[in-house]
Amino acid sequence: MTVRTRVLILASAVAVLAAVGLASVLHASARADRRNHTQAGGPRVAPGTVTLTEHGRMVFRNMAWGPHRDELTTVPASDPSGPRTASGVKCLRFYAASGTGVCLQAVHGPVSDTYRALILDAHLRTRARYAVPGIPSRARVSPSGHFAAWTAFVGGDSYAGTNFSTRAAIVDVRTGRLIPTLEQFRIIKDGRPYRAADVNFWGVTFAADDRTFYATLATKGQTYLVRGDLRTSTLTTLRPNVECPSLSPDGTRIAFKKRVQGLPKDAPWRLYVLDLRTLRETPTAEPRSIDDQAVWKDTHTLVYSLPGDYGADLYEIPSDGTGAPRRISTAALSPAFVD
Amino acid sequence: MAGRRRTAVAPAVLALGAVSLITDVSSEMVTAVLPLYLVSGLGLSPLGFGVLDGVYNGFSALVRLVGGHLADRGGGRHKWVAGFGYALSAVCKPLLLVAHALTPIGLILAVDRTGKGLRTAPRDALISLSSTAESRGRAFGVHRAMDTAGALLGPLVAFGILRATVDGYDAVFTVSFCVAALGVLVLVLFVPGGRRGGTAPEVPAAKPTLRSAVGLLRGRALRRISVCALLLGLATVSDSFVYLLLQHRLGVPDRWFALLPLGTAGAFLLLAMPLGRLADRVGRWTVFLGGHGALLLAYALLLTSWHGTALPYLVLALHGTFYAATDGVLMAAASEGVPAALRSSGLALVQTGQAAARFACSLLFGAAWTVWGDRSALAGAAVVLAACAAFSLTLRPKGPVTA
Repeated sequence: MTVRTRVLILASAVAVLAAVGLASVLHASARADRRNHTQAGGPRVAPGTVTLTEHGRMVFRNMAWGPHRDELTTVPASDPSGPRTASGVKCLRFYAASGTGVCLQAVHGPVSDTYRALILDAHLRTRARYAVPGIPSRARVSPSGHFAAWTAFVGGDSYAGTNFSTRAAIVDVRTGRLIPTLEQFRIIKDGRPYRAADVNFWGVTFAADDRTFYATLATKGQTYLVRGDLRTSTLTTLRPNVECPSLSPDGTRIAFKKRVQGLPKDAPWRLYVLDLRTLRETPTAEPRSIDDQAVWKDTHTLVYSLPGDYGADLYEIPSDGTGAPRRISTAALSPAFVD
Repeated sequence: MAGRRRTAVAPAVLALGAVSLITDVSSEMVTAVLPLYLVSGLGLSPLGFGVLDGVYNGFSALVRLVGGHLADRGGGRHKWVAGFGYALSAVCKPLLLVAHALTPIGLILAVDRTGKGLRTAPRDALISLSSTAESRGRAFGVHRAMDTAGALLGPLVAFGILRATVDGYDAVFTVSFCVAALGVLVLVLFVPGGRRGGTAPEVPAAKPTLRSAVGLLRGRALRRISVCALLLGLATVSDSFVYLLLQHRLGVPDRWFALLPLGTAGAFLLLAMPLGRLADRVGRWTVFLGGHGALLLAYALLLTSWHGTALPYLVLALHGTFYAATDGVLMAAASEGVPAALRSSGLALVQTGQAAARFACSLLFGAAWTVWGDRSALAGAAVVLAACAAFSLTLRPKGPVTA
């Protein structure tokens, strides 16, 4: 083959491959238009005022296609599939309690997205901003509204590619004091101080006393429920195989996802409830794998998300192992029940 | 340099550099968006994904040896074994479009890395066979610089596509495939085949059988370099630990954390060629050991209590210098002890030994961190590194090694 033939072959291949690549990019960018159109039969969304102190409301991220996609919206907690009121504030993840909200959002940069956490007041005005070091995952506010926490996935080493770690941060919203990562806390594992390079934390949930919180610790391929103490900066492991804990409003039980033996590796979890006094675990009647930090709608009902046609749908189920899952809202994520 | 006539880098080396550059753009595109895709695109938890890495490391080492051996059989099929490796990785990219769960995605990435394992040794053998003994360090330097440039460009392309689209992961994977296909094509069209490509004379005595490949270790030169690569690998803390230590010791803010590898890659890119040339002139052993000196200095800086703003830059520059002075230079040095007919197997042996040692170091370092804490673990690694470097110094061949 002469050099000329080879260059000719290369040039034609470049033309074909460039056309294929360009077509795929154009196809993907046309998606923007489709997503800005309201889908037929989807939930009705209208702009309006959203506050975090209106009694009996559910505030959440609206995922329905249309102009209010990804905005915080609200519905009556008694009619969660009803018409939505949109706030204009876009969040990837959200939570709120006692008039304080935490909104994890993407900031579009010149090269790639960065992320930040906004602390919102009851009228969704920004009180403080914090940089979030990776893709946001979990968000929580303490029952008092004094503390907020978030978890992010951090890809540490671009050459490793499949190595992920998480960072869990807690901020005192009254003083602005930030704990950028729980790795700063002392860990007491099985009664002894513990340290390791591979320690990861995620899924913080707060107790009502403004001092105690619970979270997941992972190390050496095993997860643990840990109880954290904000005053002494310590974390104590309580029991293994607990992820994404969520403390009940009365502080007596923890809903969590449990890795159950014999399930497929990519859908390994079931939703469980742990009684903190008796340490007895009760499986909920949800038969599917749940990858979410559940939310307590009241002292006996759990709300969680599952993948749906437009990202995610919300379901509820009794916390005592009875009943059956019920879909309460489509195209919705990150609910908070405010009052 | 003025007054010194330079011979041109062989066209085959430039072609292989171009193939690596293009392929790295393709693979780093996927790597850069993968976490985002798993979490935001598919709603999966990527934790526990890394577990697969450890298991796979062993398999990957085996694949590399197989690739090296296959390439030597039949009188040099380097180009076609390397081409198969590149093609295998290329076909993985469109498969990502249809895989939506962790297990299949993990499998696809494993196949992708199998392709990478297969092609590495034959490719390095081609570079080695296409260059003269006096310019081999520079040839590897040019190749590594081009390779790293691709790795730096890939994420930029990927994020550009994500910026231009809405959830354009499908577009990223499609473009990544197109780029990878282009890489394979450049290899097929512009890299000379093994038989006619080598400028080094064939050594008919060494038949490329499995037995003779293993028998290479009986040769003093290769055994010496393998032992050194192995020992020094045992004290080479993996990149992710270096970045983690940098963050722990210096409080690098989280949002800069993902950018730390760019510092290493930048220094690697800039220094690969100059240090390769230096290796040709002053000796590959000297530069190879000097590179480990740079790494030792980086460890020492991480251990000091000095917390100046320049420190992360210095550590990353030294880390990149370490790669620039050791990665290609080791291959150039190893080439001297291996007959042309077994070049691929020989290089694969050295690479595999080094990779295995580094993996062992990762395990040991992680354990030491748990027992003694990060600082003591690093101090331990520094002592081991200094000892291994001193030992390697005694093993180094006397007199000039550059022909």
